[in-house]
Parts: sequence; structure tokens; C-alpha cells
Amino acid sequence: MMGKKVEILDVDSKQIMDDIKKAASPPEEVEHWVTIYVMGKPYKVPAGLTIMKALEYAGYRYIRGAGCRAGFCGACATIFRRKGEYRFRTALACQTTVEDGMYLAQIPFVPANKAKYDLDKIEPGPTTLLEYYPEIARCVSCNTCTKACPQELDVMYYIQYGIRGDIKKVAELSFDCIQCGLCTLRCPAEIQHYHMAQLARRLYGKYYLPKSPWLKKRLKEIDSGMYEKAFENIKKLREENPEEFKSLYYKVLIEGREKESKRINDPLELMEGED
Amino acid sequence: MTLKLINGYPEYMRESIEMVEKTREQRIKEKAKEKELALTEEEREEVLSKFHPDYAPGGKRELKVGVNKGEIVPNEVADILEAWPALDPDEVDLNDIDYDVDILIIGGGGAGTVAALWANYEGIPAENILIATKLRHGDANSMMAQGGIQAADRPWDSPIIHYLDVLGGGHFANKHELVKALTTDAPKIIKWHEDLGVMYDKDEKGNFIERWGGGTSRKRLHSAKDYTGMEIMRVIRDEARNRDIPVLEFSPAVELITTEDGEIGGAILWNMETKEYYVVRAKATVLATGGWGRLHIRGFPTTNHYGATADGLVMAYRAGARLRDLESVQYHPTGAAYPEQIVGLLITEKVRTMGATPVNKYGERFVFPLEPRDVEAAMFIRECFGKGNCIQTPTGMRGVWLDSPMIEELQGEGAIKKNLDAMYRMYKRFGIDMTKDPILVFPTLHYQNGGVEINADAQVLKGDGSPYPRFFAGGEVEGGVHGKNRLMGNSLLDYNVFGRRAGISAAKVARNSSKPGKLTLKHVKLFTEEVKKINVPLSRRSPILLPDYRGKRVLARKIDLPILQ
Repeated sequence: MMGKKVEILDVDSKQIMDDIKKAASPPEEVEHWVTIYVMGKPYKVPAGLTIMKALEYAGYRYIRGAGCRAGFCGACATIFRRKGEYRFRTALACQTTVEDGMYLAQIPFVPANKAKYDLDKIEPGPTTLLEYYPEIARCVSCNTCTKACPQELDVMYYIQYGIRGDIKKVAELSFDCIQCGLCTLRCPAEIQHYHMAQLARRLYGKYYLPKSPWLKKRLKEIDSGMYEKAFENIKKLREENPEEFKSLYYKVLIEGREKESKRINDPLELMEGED
Repeated sequence: MTLKLINGYPEYMRESIEMVEKTREQRIKEKAKEKELALTEEEREEVLSKFHPDYAPGGKRELKVGVNKGEIVPNEVADILEAWPALDPDEVDLNDIDYDVDILIIGGGGAGTVAALWANYEGIPAENILIATKLRHGDANSMMAQGGIQAADRPWDSPIIHYLDVLGGGHFANKHELVKALTTDAPKIIKWHEDLGVMYDKDEKGNFIERWGGGTSRKRLHSAKDYTGMEIMRVIRDEARNRDIPVLEFSPAVELITTEDGEIGGAILWNMETKEYYVVRAKATVLATGGWGRLHIRGFPTTNHYGATADGLVMAYRAGARLRDLESVQYHPTGAAYPEQIVGLLITEKVRTMGATPVNKYGERFVFPLEPRDVEAAMFIRECFGKGNCIQTPTGMRGVWLDSPMIEELQGEGAIKKNLDAMYRMYKRFGIDMTKDPILVFPTLHYQNGGVEINADAQVLKGDGSPYPRFFAGGEVEGGVHGKNRLMGNSLLDYNVFGRRAGISAAKVARNSSKPGKLTLKHVKLFTEEVKKINVPLSRRSPILLPDYRGKRVLARKIDLPILQ
């Protein structure tokens, strides 16, 4: 029934789209400026931009050094120093706002060593991580890796767990790693933290997390071909009676939401009755 | 002085946040009743027709060249399809082959990597496979998907129900054989991931923790916190590296190579750093170049990665492939609208599936939180630009609130950090604590619903509907799977299902056929003839490879000297 939830509005749709375009464009007037030093060269850029956008504003066009632009890929690892400080800091260029007087250099590539392995043939044990990445034993607990991590992970902790062979802990603590390589670059012991953690997570996912029982059942059903007939029927219905097909969709959608909402409290219990 | 912020927000936004806080308790009590806000078919149409960018006039035009001549596509897409080739075919020597391989995979994101792995499983030695990619291996939208991947693996769900959801979400425009493949392969893909060691969220018995997706009738979204895409991508990339599959980075394909007998025989790559070209001859070619987000259709910000410039559409179209469903663009309802630094970036749908409700500036509910994406996005635009019940940011963006603190109330304290760590971290970087304050959102350009048409074997179709025997596609570049609107959790699934099928099909070709016929770029010249007739400015060339975000001031002073080139 029209108008129950949405009243009819009389609008100029094209004008709305033009307004959106304007709203999303960078502002014409710049009110506040900062000066940043890109590999030593000073550039005046609008305040409030990310390092990545500031470099582009200054005229750089990325080939290396930009990937997802949203903090997920690790392509824009950056080393910087603040005005008046001696300390090197690390950041992702796409997730960090420029500051006046910042000295910047981006890291285009990290030549870290990755071990090769056949996951199916590994029997994970307390020494597995050390076998593939023996250099983790060289950790001097300086915590530089942790300080370097733009994701703020407890990198040194997971290295320590790795030395002790606690694959689960390494997997959990390293889970949010975006593999930018800054830990490895800063490490005085030349540990390849992020590659070691990748191995640990895969081992954990494969050998330690229990396998889904429902999934196995569904795969058997699919392999037995039991859905083939239903797919044929539904294809026929769609072709021959599109209106009925549509109402079937809405019926399943609405009833399904109802059904699922009843399971929210204890899905497992309810499910066993239906099995 | 810059604007004074209180925990990340200017004072005037704080006033609205107070209103949101006032209605929160009541809204949480009535959470189960939100279903009643879901729109009927008729209401969906009313809202879409007025407030969805696809339906608003002025954004599209008819294609004047190529196989799909006469069909409507967004202006920005028409601009790159109706363009001069970036590469002059006369400058290339096709007799000097740099890489002579069984399988060329164009694109090193999810689909390309999956295709390479399955071709390798099928017995094609790694050294006979080549992945060519524009940025680094894994720099792709696949890495950025947060929410999860759909698969019907619970007893009260089935591939048929999943199929129905996909069809309804896609406005019943999807290709049957592709949706059937998508939904029946889904559980196999999840099993494959389990075996590769993907760390999905599970309970202690091994059951997946499955959540709602917008427009779905069952909870079937499998996730790995809100880093699902990253977790899958880094695992399959690690596996490709273990198997020594060769990857050429920063070397995008700029044109497909055809053969005298009308086949696809490889591609021309261009090394972006040295500017040299490479000729690749391949028995089978897989197109896995991803989508179009960086074309900024209708001026929208985007969630997409830096290289999402639809190069694959351009190359395939010139070679005679048929495109479909390109008139429909997916805008994700929840892109960040504030702060300025992250405008357009994805706020995963999982924020809503975990209980956050969108509310307007007065703290009022106005939409069922889990409509299909196009409907949800149109409702947001309606609230902001039709009704004006929105917040305007200091840079002019408008948005509605997504009441994230509800998640902590509904799912228990710590639920955000546990399940939405990427989101929490992103906001924290800019001074906002989303466990305590709501976040401001507005639709953002997200996905290419259509693309190069394929069949269930992932073979690309020609203009006449017949398949190319040696040419395959998987992932966002292909079309037909999602019809006119993709549902959440089906893009990760799509690249796995059709990347896999493309890899298996390509391996079959590589095993059973000889080298392709004589290589040629004649198709580029023929296409150029068509472009000549329609008055395209000479500066408009494609594929464009990368967007250009350089500042206007610099570009105005930029000159190219005829030295050091």
C-alpha cells in the first residue's frame, strides 16, 4: 500500500544528483594551510588532508605507494618525523592527517623473505614456526616492531608466542595485520614478522579451528544432485510465470526473516529438532 | 583557527548526537519491530525512481560504437568505451613474443589469483601461467571487502533459497545459469577456504557464525571479523606464492591481442615504470580486471581501490565482447560522510547486520536497515536531499547517522572491537569512538553490477552470443550474475566461484589445444574507425589505468619538456 511508510515527494531528481556531486567535490577555497616536506622538499598543502591526498594535491601521481586507499592493503607504508622531534614514526599515508612541518618518505617495497611450504604436508607442532622462520629466535624484545605497527598490534608479543610455539596466540594477535612490512623494516633482528604470522594463521585456520559439520552435509547433498530438479522447476516457473516467481521471492524473503528471528536466541537447539 | 572538535565532532553535530542518544533506548526496545519498515515492491519503486542515481535523469547516454551500440550506460563509462586506444597498434611488434604461456591472467586480485590456483590444481604447471597486474598482487577490491561471503550451508537454508534472494535483489534480471553456479558452488568454496586455512568466525563446535545481509531471507553471511576480504585474499595470495605462480606487477594489460581466426590470443602489457611493452601469447586468456569505482560515476566518492578503472571492459569491448547490465551502478548505502579524510570509504553492512540503525538528524528511524542496497541507498538520499533531515558537514557533505553504539547494547560490551575492528580502528584514527558515538554516512559508489557477459563455464560471449573458446572472465569485470543489483556477500563469492570456473576452463583449453592462430591487433584498428566517425576528442584515450587526483594548481603549471621522456 503506497504511502504507508513513504509519502510521495515531489522532487527534481537531476538537481539532487548535481547537488550531491557538488557536495562531494573538494572545496574551492582553502582556509588553512600546512607545509610538509616530501622526501625533503617543502610543499604547501591544505590542512586536514591525508598524507596521500596531500601528496597528490602537491602534484605527485602515484604508481607505487597507493593501493586500496582505505587502510586494508599496506601499500602506503610511510616513515615520517615531526617538526622538532628526533624520533621516526610510521603511518599509513591514506589513514593519517598531515601536520605542519612533517618530513615524509613512503616505502615502495619491502624485500622480505617468505618461506615456501605445502600446508597439507605440515604437521603443526611447537617448533613449526621456528622451522620455517628460525630468525624469530633472534628477537631481542626491543618492542620496535610494536611501536612501528600502524595497526597498533602487539607485534613483539606474537613473536614471543611464536618462539614458544603457540600458534593460536600468534594467529589471534596478528589477525588484523595488513602486511605493510614496517615491523620487518624496523627490526634490528631482521625478523619477517608478517610472513611468519601468515603461516601461523593458516595453520590455525586449517588445523586448529574445528571443521563445520553442516557444511559437510550440504556438500554431500549438492554432490548427490538433489538440488538439480528444484533448479529446473524454479527456472521453469521464472520463465513461464514471472509474476508468481516474484511473489514466491517476497514470500520467502518475509517468512525467512520471521523464521530466522525466532532462532536468534538459541540457533543450535532449534536446529537439532529440525535435522 | 580550525574548527573546535569535541571527541571528533564539531559542536553543532554534538547537538544532533544528543537527540540520537535520547531515542536510543526506545529504539533498542523496538528493534524487532524494524521489519515493519520494510518497503513493499510498489514503495521500493517509488523511492528508487526518484532518489537512486541510476534512475535520475542526466547521468547516462546511449553508446554510439561497438557491440552494445544503442544501449544506455553511465556517461563516465561511455567516455572510456567511446575513446581512442591508449596504445598505437602500429608501434607494437607482435612477432617478438616476450611471454609465451598456456594461461594469461589479467588482474592480480581475487578472481585472478583463484583462477591461477585452480588452473594449477588442474595440472597446468605454475611456470606456464602468468598473472599480469596493474598494481601489486592483491591490490584489489577483494582485499577491502569487509562484511563477508554468502553460502547456504545451514539446514534451514538451501542453494535454492539463496538463488531466490539473488534474483530478487537483482531485480530478476540475472542469468539463471550463473546464479545457479554461484549458489551451488558457494558451499564448495567455503570448504576450499577451510582447507586453505582461512580463519572464519566459528563457534566452538566449528559452526560458522552467520549473519544477516541486506536483502537476504536467511542468515548466511560468513565472516572473518570485518577483515573478511583481506583474510581470504592474503591466504590465496600466500598459496599462489607457495606454488611459485609468476606475477608481473605494475604491468597492466592495455589491449587484448586477437587472432586471424577471431579468437583471443593474449594481451599487450605495459610496464608502468619502464614504459616498455610486452607481448604475451597465451592459449587461454582470463580477464580478471575488476570494476569501475574510480570512474566516480555521477561525481560520487567511492569505496574502491586505486586501480578500479574498468580497463577490462574497454579491452574486451574493443575485441568484440558483449557487455550487459551496465546501466545499473551499485551505490553502497553506508560510505563515510565525515570526517573529510575518509569520505566515501566503506562502512561495512555488517554494522547494520549487528544491530546499528540508521537515524536522521532528529534521532528518528526512517528505513528498515536491511533493504537491498539500492533501496537502502535511495532511502538515505531521500532523507538527506528529499526531506532535509540530515547533517551537513563542514565541507558540505550530507549524511544520516548510523547509530553504532546500539551494537554494544544489543550484542554486549566489546562487540564492536571484536567484530568490527577495522571500522573501530579507522574512526579512532580520526578521533571518533564509534562504540560511544554514532557515525555519519552517505551512499558511495561501490560496485559494477554488470560487465562482460559470460556463461556458466566463465567463457566470455561475443556480440552474437556465442562463446569465445579461449577467453574467460571472473569477478567484478563480468556481468549477468547479479542482474541489476548485487547483494552483500555475493562479490567475494562471485570472484571465487567464477575465478575458479575460469581457471578450470582455461586449464582445459591449455591442455587440449595448440597455440592460438596468428596474432593481430586488427580489432583495435577496426574499432578506431568507428570512434573516428563520432567526433571523440583526441585527448580521450583508454584504458585510463589510474585516476588523476593531482591538484589543479599544479596541473595548470605542468609542462612536458621533450627531454628525459
